[in-house]
Amino acid sequence: MANAMITGWGKCMPEAVLSNHDLEQIVDTSDEWITTRTGIKERRISHAEVSDMSAVAGAHALAAAGKTAADLDLIIVGTCTGDSLIPSTASLVQAKLEAWQAGAFDVNAACSGFIYSLVIGSNMIAAGTHRTVLVIGAEKLHYHLDFTNRATAVLFGDGAGAVVLEATDEDVGLLASELGMDGSAASILCIPEHGTSGDRRNPDPRESGINMDGPEVFRRAVTTMGDASVRVLEKAGISLDDIGLLIPHQANVRIIDATARRLKLDPAKVMINIESYGNTSAATIPVALTEALESHRIEPGAIIVLAAFGAGLSWGAAVIRWGQRVEPLGTSAAALPPNNRSTMDLLAPNLEFFGHLASS
Amino acid sequence: MEKTDIETRLRDVLVTELGLDAEKINPAANFETDLDVDSLGVVELLMAMEDEFGVKIPDDEAEHIHTVGEAIDLVHQKLNS
Repeated sequence: MANAMITGWGKCMPEAVLSNHDLEQIVDTSDEWITTRTGIKERRISHAEVSDMSAVAGAHALAAAGKTAADLDLIIVGTCTGDSLIPSTASLVQAKLEAWQAGAFDVNAACSGFIYSLVIGSNMIAAGTHRTVLVIGAEKLHYHLDFTNRATAVLFGDGAGAVVLEATDEDVGLLASELGMDGSAASILCIPEHGTSGDRRNPDPRESGINMDGPEVFRRAVTTMGDASVRVLEKAGISLDDIGLLIPHQANVRIIDATARRLKLDPAKVMINIESYGNTSAATIPVALTEALESHRIEPGAIIVLAAFGAGLSWGAAVIRWGQRVEPLGTSAAALPPNNRSTMDLLAPNLEFFGHLASS
Repeated sequence: MEKTDIETRLRDVLVTELGLDAEKINPAANFETDLDVDSLGVVELLMAMEDEFGVKIPDDEAEHIHTVGEAIDLVHQKLNS
């Protein structure tokens, strides 16, 4: 049975920055409030679409793997904010990369979307049906930011990350995983509109934004990410002490800290970059993984644990044994088209649709 | 477990896990107004209490905890019932 080794990694973070101080202008909030409750200082606002960010992140991951788009036989995009209902975002990414030999589909597991996609891709390789898979996590969450809702407007941002999985006989890759769901509590984190259950004649802006019961999500996220991490480690027969790096979903630094405390993990073994990007849902883990490699926080052969929790309520956890190579084989010049609009200009449609503090 | 033991252990949890100011912690201290615990902090507090004392605190019981003393009483009641 073939194992799926991560051989390439890449990210695409749009240029436009939305800082806490910028948010103070349009939301009843403060830098101090946001920082102490979430750990977030700024996030990125995309002028391009999810498929554009995905293709750029994918091109970087392919270059790092020393592969071209023609080598791909599958593309999986974890996203809940795709460009269109149909085609899938993966279809648009296939065309942008010109990966004509690749099948392609999206996975919607919200913040757990990258882990779901990674597990699916790894298992397709293990099944022997595919050899080279591009797995992407990408979101343009700012589309749903309701600036009259200070509990959620400050949390989210845009971005994309990607990895290349290749079939190998080496004892590396996904060692154990868990994909979970508690649909009974779905209503505590949702965007009700944008499906057939909505009334298109009387669209309610509040239902188009992110609705969340923060404390309840917080409690469940900490418990579930911690417990699922312990279970996948047990499945893999690996002790907590052997973790090289925990890369948790970046939703709130206090969720990450509380999860690490429950696992009694040394903070040095926990990857955190939420201060720069906020919660980018399915993109947080591949982006954090890429930045962990860029900052040399992953050793050859290291044990990496991924854990995520999000809308659904979905969760995922995975234990990975890294390969010997922690440096990219090549680089790509891929980038988003130039942006000539200010952050506030990019947010103007939100302010018009949802309203904001100054007009209410 | 005696209330004094619970108080000692709870005080330790509040300082080390929640980063609260040890000098401000006393049974009469209100978590929200005296100790600056925000809404997520309340969740962290409940989870830390559950872990430390091995008890379950459902939401309807959690709503009645406003002061350090009330938290001690609840744990004491659960451990001795």
